[in-house]
Amino acid sequence: MIRGGGHAGALRFLLTKTVKFILVLATTLLGLIAVTFFIGRVVPIDPVLAIVGDRAPPHVYERARQELGLDRPLAEQFVIYVKKAVTGDFGNSVLTTNPVMTDIMNTFPATLELATLGTLIGVFVGVPLGVLAAVRRGSWIDQLVRLLGLVGYSVPIFWLGLMGLLLFYAKLGWVEGPGRLDVTYSYLYTPVTGVVLIDTLMQGQMDAFWNAVSHVALPACLLGYFSLAYISRMTRSFMLNELAQEYVIAARVKGLSEIRVIWRHALRNAAVPLVTVIALSYANLLEGSVLTETVFAWPGLGQYITNSLQNADMNAVLGGTLIIGTVFVLLNLLSDLLYHLLDPRTRR
Amino acid sequence: MKHMPKFLMSAAMVVTMATSFSAVQAATPPDTLVQAWTIDDIISLDPAEIFEFTASEIAGNTYERLINYDYKDVSKIYGEVAESWTVSPDGKTFTFKIRPNKKFASGNPLTAEDVAFSLQRAVLLDKSPAFILGQFGLTKDNVKDKIKASGNDVTVELDKAYAPTFVLYCMTSTVASVVDKKLVMQNEKDGDLGYGWLKTHYAGSGPFSIRDWKANEVVVLERNPHFEKKTPLARVIYRHIKETATQRLLLEKGDVDVARNLNPEELKALSTNTDIKVASGPKGGVWYLGLNQKNPNLAKPEVRQALKYLVDYSAIADTIMKNQAEVHQAFLPKGFLGAINENQYKLDVAKAKELLAKAGLKDGFTVTMDTRSTADTTGMAQAIQQTFAQAGVKLEIIPGDGKQTLTKYRARQHDIYIGRWGPDYQDPNTNADTFAANDDNSDGAKAKPLAWRNAWDPGPLTTQTRAAVLEKDAEKRAAMYKDLQQAVLDNGPFVIMLQEIEVMASRKNVDGIVIGPSFDTNSVAQAKKN
Repeated sequence: MIRGGGHAGALRFLLTKTVKFILVLATTLLGLIAVTFFIGRVVPIDPVLAIVGDRAPPHVYERARQELGLDRPLAEQFVIYVKKAVTGDFGNSVLTTNPVMTDIMNTFPATLELATLGTLIGVFVGVPLGVLAAVRRGSWIDQLVRLLGLVGYSVPIFWLGLMGLLLFYAKLGWVEGPGRLDVTYSYLYTPVTGVVLIDTLMQGQMDAFWNAVSHVALPACLLGYFSLAYISRMTRSFMLNELAQEYVIAARVKGLSEIRVIWRHALRNAAVPLVTVIALSYANLLEGSVLTETVFAWPGLGQYITNSLQNADMNAVLGGTLIIGTVFVLLNLLSDLLYHLLDPRTRR
Repeated sequence: MKHMPKFLMSAAMVVTMATSFSAVQAATPPDTLVQAWTIDDIISLDPAEIFEFTASEIAGNTYERLINYDYKDVSKIYGEVAESWTVSPDGKTFTFKIRPNKKFASGNPLTAEDVAFSLQRAVLLDKSPAFILGQFGLTKDNVKDKIKASGNDVTVELDKAYAPTFVLYCMTSTVASVVDKKLVMQNEKDGDLGYGWLKTHYAGSGPFSIRDWKANEVVVLERNPHFEKKTPLARVIYRHIKETATQRLLLEKGDVDVARNLNPEELKALSTNTDIKVASGPKGGVWYLGLNQKNPNLAKPEVRQALKYLVDYSAIADTIMKNQAEVHQAFLPKGFLGAINENQYKLDVAKAKELLAKAGLKDGFTVTMDTRSTADTTGMAQAIQQTFAQAGVKLEIIPGDGKQTLTKYRARQHDIYIGRWGPDYQDPNTNADTFAANDDNSDGAKAKPLAWRNAWDPGPLTTQTRAAVLEKDAEKRAAMYKDLQQAVLDNGPFVIMLQEIEVMASRKNVDGIVIGPSFDTNSVAQAKKN
């Protein structure tokens, strides 16, 4: 497949790719740490207050300050932090008292579950809608997709969330309310992956599984709607671009069926930029949608980082930022790889 | 069925699934009370460290203290773990006789040894609330000699002959909770007295035990089988629900039994729902304005008084803070020994103008106010801005995050600060010590009481505050606090406006939750569901 020929070429390609990736990851993360770290130290919030509270006597306050290392020069604090972070030690969160890594392992699966479902909905509904809108340009379908997109993009998500709860949970009773699982089921399974849907399914707790499905349905649809609004708009514009190309005319002249022209040829080419759009939209959801998580009492990464930020819990904020940074870089890499699969020209 | 189109089939499946969900979705189990509450302030479950609202309440339901007071009448002090107590003739030694045959939730017997250990441990660990015990001259170095267990008795030796009420009220604090020595010491690591373990675990003897705490998610309490008076409920669950509108939906739907953080509009909307009832009780927190005396205008006594006439107290209490606070102007909240409950100030623009003219500011002046950007604080700030303007005082509101405005306040860099103060323990000294005493008004002072934060030197009031903790006669002591409150009302740099009310909205079948006067006295021990 790879030009330049033979195993040696392939190996070299893979090697340079890997080295390049590690370099990109390292510099991105270092930059992120530096910026977040210094912002965290410059903000006019006293992190010691988060630990000891407003009432602590002076000596308790001073001791906590020293324990945090805040009495040392800024540069020294930074070096210490980076050294520890390299070994995977992000320190302890002030608010939860757990190691930041543990907290992230607890909150990230919740966000992952929601974001993945949301993106799947966004892709499987958004892409066909976008294609239809492009093919039937100007028709009622196009207008409808445009309207859907506009609403999804401009209505505040927490409002939609509350209205959704009011309608589907409170009035109609079709879905369960906020939270990931009813309290009744909370202790029926042991968390392994942290993704409730997978854990309950693997342990055969079908009642708990269906309860979790019912809990996740509404927030997932909401995020899905949000992401499909974006994905369908982008699909439409990429498709319009492709449909105007000469190869499409050529394919039609050859007598290929319209379905084949659109779904096999045009969409395949539109898929290249689309992959980036989807990856970025997924990354955005993985960052944790604070508002959705708040409305649905979803214990995810977004709520965790926001809450930490409000309390100047810098260890948690830094740790969370790094995880999100890594997710962005990884997804970029993934979309790069998909490019290679989809577009032979980029393999040079 | 064979001929049914595929999409109809799947539609039918979806509908069945949806309906079966609602069939599963019963109300909460009858032996379990589920509360929706904002619980992200919990940082520890160790009573020697707990100093936050939520964790205090949980400790109040899961640990016992030496002494407690009647939640309906704070002046009635009784022994909880202590059966009785005596004070030595010189007033410096307290001897507590421990009730026999008590057990911890672990099954270990509760003895005088455990009580002495718990008090010593709190002083030795020296976390934020340790000063409550430290006030009696107990330090890390002497605590093992000053607190001793022998047989059924625990003796505590103080450095001065403090007012007995002062000592006893302090012993009702969370920090004086009794922990299970044997269990805690089994989990000790590197001489930490079990601190690392107890931060996330439980070793008490209260009506409930703590089964689980997931930060920002849930706290689960379970009936303590060894508690003398069996709790009607088997389980109490606190769910972290940050969004108040979500709390309301859950409550109306019956997925929670109690909602704790509803705002005035939501409570109003619920008043028509016959399945829901609302209960409330006054709390110790007061809302006040702090006037920084470093600002030359605010340092004038006439200006301080004028501003006290420029707040529309009742309008704020009836609208923005409806169901959340009531008018109260003295620094001791209702329910405390010696509290002044009459309110002497009300909105009086003419009087305020007169006072401002006397101060040489008849055209008013401009001043800033650091305001935490939450709905209630901002609402109050805007109301105050309007009434201030009526006398020509131009108030600029500087919005900020809670921790940010607090940091500025503690550095004395504000003009006016609007905030809330809650007492640390149930004795009047807690508020007198911060509103009416300031031992060192210099910028580098170690202690930062509210008087210091507003750069106010209360003069003779500091000495009077120190004298009041030594007064043995409860009536005379109450009179001393009345004088202190009056002096601060007349001349202090605080515009105290409101006393907090706590509101709980619950399902109609919930009974027996007690809303006590402080944050650790909201009790679910006798709560039940009918």
